Amino acid sequence: MCLAVPALIKSIDGQMAEVDIGGVRRPIGLHLTPEARVGDYVLLHTGFAINVVDEEEALKTLSLFEEIEAAYQRELAEAGGGLDEAP
Amino acid sequence: MKHLDEYRNSGLAKGLVGSIRRHRGRPFRFMEFCGGHTVAILKYGIRQLISPTVEMLSGPGCPVCVTANADLDKAIAMAHLPDVILTTFGDMMKVPGSRSSLQHARAEGADVRVVYSTLDALEVARNNSDRPVIFLGIGFETTAPTIAASILQAEAQGMDNYFVFVLHKLTPPVTVALLALGEVKFDGIIGPGHVSTIIGSRVWESLPRDHHMPCVISGFEPLDILQCIAMLVAQVERGQAKVEIAYRRSVRPEGNRTALALMERVFESCDANWRGMGIVPDSGLKLSTEYGRFDAERVFTVEPGPTEEPQGCACGEILRGIKSPPECPLFGGACTPVHPVGPCMVSAEGACAAHYRYGEP
Amino acid sequence: MTQDRILLAHGSGGQLSHELVERLFLKYFDNPILARLDDAAVVRVSSFRLQVPGSSNLKPETSNPKLAFTTDSYVVNPIFFPGGDIGKLAICGTVNDLAMSGARPLYLSASFIIEEGLSLDDLERIVVSMRQAADEAGVEVIAGDTKVVNKGSADGLFINTTGVGIVPEQIGISGSNARPGDKVIVSGAIGDHGMAIMSQREGLEFSAPLRSDCAPLNKLVAAMLEASREIHCLRDPTRGGLATTLNEFAAQSNVGILIHEGRIPIHDAVRGACEMLGLDPLHVANEGKLVAVVGEADAEKVLVCMKGHPYGAEAAIIGEVRAEHPGRVVMRTLLGTLRLVDMLVGDLLPRIC
Repeated sequence: MCLAVPALIKSIDGQMAEVDIGGVRRPIGLHLTPEARVGDYVLLHTGFAINVVDEEEALKTLSLFEEIEAAYQRELAEAGGGLDEAP
Repeated sequence: MKHLDEYRNSGLAKGLVGSIRRHRGRPFRFMEFCGGHTVAILKYGIRQLISPTVEMLSGPGCPVCVTANADLDKAIAMAHLPDVILTTFGDMMKVPGSRSSLQHARAEGADVRVVYSTLDALEVARNNSDRPVIFLGIGFETTAPTIAASILQAEAQGMDNYFVFVLHKLTPPVTVALLALGEVKFDGIIGPGHVSTIIGSRVWESLPRDHHMPCVISGFEPLDILQCIAMLVAQVERGQAKVEIAYRRSVRPEGNRTALALMERVFESCDANWRGMGIVPDSGLKLSTEYGRFDAERVFTVEPGPTEEPQGCACGEILRGIKSPPECPLFGGACTPVHPVGPCMVSAEGACAAHYRYGEP
Repeated sequence: MTQDRILLAHGSGGQLSHELVERLFLKYFDNPILARLDDAAVVRVSSFRLQVPGSSNLKPETSNPKLAFTTDSYVVNPIFFPGGDIGKLAICGTVNDLAMSGARPLYLSASFIIEEGLSLDDLERIVVSMRQAADEAGVEVIAGDTKVVNKGSADGLFINTTGVGIVPEQIGISGSNARPGDKVIVSGAIGDHGMAIMSQREGLEFSAPLRSDCAPLNKLVAAMLEASREIHCLRDPTRGGLATTLNEFAAQSNVGILIHEGRIPIHDAVRGACEMLGLDPLHVANEGKLVAVVGEADAEKVLVCMKGHPYGAEAAIIGEVRAEHPGRVVMRTLLGTLRLVDMLVGDLLPRIC
C-alpha cells in the first residue's frame, strides 16, 4: 500500500519542489517535509514528499546486506555446498 | 534509479534467503499487513524463495479493499449530483459498489476525474470555481496528511468550492482488532513501511506488549522484505517479541512530526466501517468541526439506496487472513480482474488480484 | 482560405468541402490517383516487384498476389504529443499492421472526422505530418473522406485508415506459428508512447524526456525478412503493451513463453514515470516497436540485422518459447524467481496503493 518512489530534489520554490525520478521531472509538494533541501532524496507519494531518505541509514542497510551475503558465501564454501540453497 | 535498484539486486538476495532458510523446526507464519507488500512478494516470487520455512498470509492493508460498499455507494451518488466534479485516485475507479462503480457513473454522464494528487484536485477546483469539486479521500496514514495539506491550502487560498469525502482509516487499531479476533494464528507481522514513515514505530508497541506479537517494519523492495522476514525469524526463534525497524532509511521511531501535526489540525478520530470487519472503534478519521465546511458528507445530502454485498464473495475473510484468495470459490472463475465480484480482485494491490496476476505458474 | 477554423459546412459536400480537399488534402497527398477525385481509387497490384527474402533479387510477383488488408481508427487525445501527432500515428499504425504480416505496404485511405472548431492550422500540421510519415514508409494516400461533427463530439479529430499491401508468396507469418525453442526479440525500449501520452493528460503532467516512439517499421521488417526465413511471428505491441502481445502469441500458438526481466530494454524516464504512477511498463503502449518470434538458429542473425537499423538499435533477445505452461507467459524476475505475466485488463490507471 502506499506506493512511494524515491525522487531527487532539483529545485525548491516555497512549498513546492521540482524533483527528478529517473529522468522524469515533476513539481511536488513539500508540505510534509519542510526540512528537505536541494540534493536530498525524498519519498514521493501522491505528489507529496512524505520524508527525506536517510542516506546514512541507506548505506548502512546496503553494507549489512553485503556482509550477510559475504558471510553466506563463506559458509557455502566451507560446507562444500552442503547448505540448503535457495531454489 | 537510486534508492530503488540497489534493493532489487539478486546478488545480495542469497545471503538473506540463506539466513531465513537456516531455521530448522516448524514453519513460521507471518502476516504482511500491507497490500503493497502482498504485491511485492508475489511480483518477485519471494514465496518460492522462503517456502516451506516461512508461509505468508495477507492482511487488511488495502485501503481500497476495506472501503465499505455503503461508503462507495455514497461517493457514486455524490458524483451524480448536478454540477459536481468528483476527483479520485485511480484505484477507486473500477471498484464495484452495490449497483455501480465510479467508472460506470462516468459512462452515465457523471463528471468523475482521476487525479494523481490532491494538489491536482485543488487545481481542478481553481479552474472550475463555479462548480463544487469533491475529493474522495481514501488511504491510510500515508495519504491522510496529503489530504490535510490540501484542506489547509484551500483554506489559505480562500477557496469555497473544494470538499473532501473523508474515508481515511487508521492501521494500528485494525491490527489490534484483528489480533483480538484471534481467528488466525501467526507468528509475526510485517509492518507497513510507508504508514510507519508517518506514524513512526512506537505506535506498534502494543502488539508485542499485549499480544506477544513480533513486528518488523519493512520497506517494499525485495531485499527489504527478505531482510524483514529474516529479522522476524530471528525474533521468533529466540522467543522474542518486539518492534524493530528494518526500513531504517525511511522510518524513525517518532515518525514524521510535521505530517502528524497537519493531521491533528484537520482531523479527529472516529469509528470506521471496514469491509470484512464491520465497525472498528477509533479506526477512522473525520474532519474536525473547525474544518466542517470542507466536509462533503456534511455539505451534500445524498440517497445512495440500500447497500448490497456481493454474493459468495470471500473478501471479508481474505482481508482477515482466514482464507487465501485461491480458497474463495469464486476465484478465477466468476471473479477475475475483467469481471470482479469484490474489491480484492479489482484493487491493484488486492490480495486476489495479486494472486491472479502474478501467482506462480 | 478565409476561415481559420473548421465549420460544419466543411463536411457538407459543397463548396467549402471541395475547397478543403483541393487546398489542403490534395496539396499534401499529391499523387495522380487521389488527384483524379473519383469516387474510388483504381490500381493494379500485380505489377509490383518485391524483394525475394534471402536474396537481393527483385522478382515480379505472380498474377494473383496475396493482399494484406487492414483498418484502424485513431482517437488519441491529445492530438499533438511529444514525438508525434494523431496523423503520424494513423499512417504509422496502419503501415505497421501491414508490415507485421510480412506485407509491403502500398496504399492507404484516410477518413477524417473533424470536430467543428478545430483550427485549420492544426489540421494542416497534421496533414503535413501524415505526408512525411507516408514518404518515409513509401506509401501513398489514395482515397479519403471528410466529415465534420458538432462541437464536443470528436476530441478535435478522429482518423480512420485502411491499408493495402502485398505479401510475398514465401511469407507465412502468424501469431500461431511460434514453436518451442524459438527466441523472442523486441526491437527496442518499451513504454515510450504510452507514457508520453500519459504525461500530457490533465493532472499527470511532468516535463520529461518522454517522447512517443511512433515510427513506420516496414523497412525494418523488410530487412529482417531478407535476413531470415525463420521469422514465425511479428506484432507491434500497441495497446496493452508487450505483455498483451506475448500472451496473444502464447494463446494463438498454444505454447509457453518465458521472458527475462533483466533483458527487457526500458528507458530510464519511462521507468521513473511508471514507478511514480504504479504502472507496469509491460502493459504500456508502443507505436514504433515490434516483437518477433524467430527460429533459434537465426535469432542472432536477425538481432544483428535489427540493430543495424535506426528503429532497431536497441533491439534485444528477451526470452524464449517453450512447451511448458502452454498459453501462459512467465517471467524470470531480477531475483531469479518466476512469476506470471498477464495481459492488460481494462485501462491503465495510475494508483496510490
